[in-house]
Amino acid sequence: MVEDAGHLESGTPIPSGSRLSLESRRSFLGALVAVGGLFVSALLSVPLIRFALFPLLRRTTDLKDSPVGALTDFSSSTEPVMRTIQIEQVDGWRKVVSEKAVYVTKDSQGKLRVLTSICPHLGCTVPWNKERSQFICPCHGATFSPDGARVSGPSLRGMDTLETSVQDGQLQVRFQYFRQLVSDKEVIG
Amino acid sequence: MHSTRKSESGAPPLPQAGFRGWLNRRTGLDNLLRTALDEPIPGGARFAYIFGSGLLFIFISQVITGIFLALYYVPSADHAHTTVDYITKAVTAGSFLRSLHAYGASAMVVVLFLHLTQTYVYGAYKGRRELLWLSGCALFGLVLAMAFTGYLLPWDQRAYFATAVGTNAVSEIPWIGESIKRLMRGGTEMGTLTISRFFVAHIFLIPAVIFALVASHIFLFRKAGAAGPINEDPFHPKQKAELFYPRQVLMDLSLTALLIIGLGLLCFFVPVQLGPPANPADAQYIPRPEWYYLPIFQWLKYWHGSGAIIGVLVIPTFLVIAITALPFLDRSIERRPWKRPAAMGAYAFVVFVLVGLGLRSQYLDRNDSGVAQQLAKQRAEEDDYARKPFEPQLSSASLAAANVTLADPLAAKGKVIFEGQSCNACHGDGGVGTAAAPALVGIGTKFSPDQLAELFKHPTAKMNAGGMPPIDLPPDDLKALIAYVESLK
Repeated sequence: MVEDAGHLESGTPIPSGSRLSLESRRSFLGALVAVGGLFVSALLSVPLIRFALFPLLRRTTDLKDSPVGALTDFSSSTEPVMRTIQIEQVDGWRKVVSEKAVYVTKDSQGKLRVLTSICPHLGCTVPWNKERSQFICPCHGATFSPDGARVSGPSLRGMDTLETSVQDGQLQVRFQYFRQLVSDKEVIG
Repeated sequence: MHSTRKSESGAPPLPQAGFRGWLNRRTGLDNLLRTALDEPIPGGARFAYIFGSGLLFIFISQVITGIFLALYYVPSADHAHTTVDYITKAVTAGSFLRSLHAYGASAMVVVLFLHLTQTYVYGAYKGRRELLWLSGCALFGLVLAMAFTGYLLPWDQRAYFATAVGTNAVSEIPWIGESIKRLMRGGTEMGTLTISRFFVAHIFLIPAVIFALVASHIFLFRKAGAAGPINEDPFHPKQKAELFYPRQVLMDLSLTALLIIGLGLLCFFVPVQLGPPANPADAQYIPRPEWYYLPIFQWLKYWHGSGAIIGVLVIPTFLVIAITALPFLDRSIERRPWKRPAAMGAYAFVVFVLVGLGLRSQYLDRNDSGVAQQLAKQRAEEDDYARKPFEPQLSSASLAAANVTLADPLAAKGKVIFEGQSCNACHGDGGVGTAAAPALVGIGTKFSPDQLAELFKHPTAKMNAGGMPPIDLPPDDLKALIAYVESLK
């Protein structure tokens, strides 16, 4: 028996003859304990791993679509209309609500298009110039046509269009930020 | 060269091949394991000895779950409750891990009590084990300190008011009590600085000391050797010894398995709840501490006025000194409980008083209809809050938060003008500033409204050079714009 082999008079060395069999029995039990321990540890680490990997497996940041207005509001407009939208960004346990100005305009086919008011040059807010029928950035003079295409100035691309959708007759927009000073539209983080 | 060293028993060395041998020749792992596992236990393995390693297991579990909880927890009065709510309701396995950590604290106190009782009843503090006992006493205090500091961190009503009472009790200590209370709270009142202090104590300071003391405790235990059964000589054990491995190891593991199963089922089926966020203005809330603090809580109720010093300071100090000094006071080598009636009587008396105080506190709460009603209401509020889905916290940088300050309609009108005139194009939304133009936040403290009007109409040469155009607005609009710019803080 393992138990008997484990008993010894204090101070007495283990008889050398029984050493090998004792050793092998002990290492068998040791392997059993080690495997069992590993199994239980693996089991216990499941909730830990699920907990730590939560942001990878679920969406913890979210950008909700923002309502811009009823489709009918824009159907008859002949020039870009400025609208202030509320953007709700969920970021883990917090959310940030901010306001951004966007322009609702029409493309060459007359379809509604929403432009961000952030200049793709250096990020100033671009106002609509009614007299010249152009967007003119006050900072460095970049100009854009009513549908947002680049006309002149330092900007390397036209004004950025935003993804839109329609829900119950309401125009919805997904606000995003784009990299400045580059010729291709590129979403930032 | 390797494996030529003779083993302790004088038997021929076992050949070591493969990875195990490779590792052993570099680390001496086998010797280490042998030292750990071949600890002789006089009189053989027993279930009475399992509590120490049970404590070690819970401690490791607390460390691991604590580190993981810190992945989401934020220690501030603004965010503590939200982040714990997030852990509980949103993060996968969050409720389970938080429950494991919270129930783990209770399990720690229970097993600690059993470990202490076994050591005391078996007279295992005798025979050159004074330092072992002292380190154990210090660990006991530190575990209670961990429970106290950790309890506040969720910052719900329960946590807030229990800690308010706990820190208030400290101020009852004469002369220095008020200062200690202020030191703990980081001020006269409980607040965000209190959370920071409790957090630092809970995750850095106290654990560091616990790690050191656990190491010393185990070292001192191995140095003194296992004390063995009650009829063993504490100095020179004479009974037949059995090695720690395998039977004692298996017995110890059985407690660990019991703890894992028990805590696992409890955390899964009865997870710890989070109540509504702390509301310091709630004058009706009746604070109640966690169960292991109930006896102290009840005890303090009896001591008020001029005699308070006896109950708050003299008796507890005497008790602490008597307990810690025990191995110095009790020098006999007699370990059989029935031959130590004074020691056993004293222990039974203290336990009886503690349990009695705890039960008395429960009894009083149940039989005072006003208190019972309020406590039931508090529990109902906790249940209600626990059922609510998680709602992300509105960031202070948010528009809604910014608009709160715009109660002044003139400033609100000015905001529309600020945006309509594209001032935000260069000065940023809310005047926070951009690469193109400086921030306007706080400008109201530098310039009077008249000065601002002058600057708006006639910008300085420097402003002109930066691209600031003169503002041409009707006087009312200019006034509104100035009111808005002044409101930017």
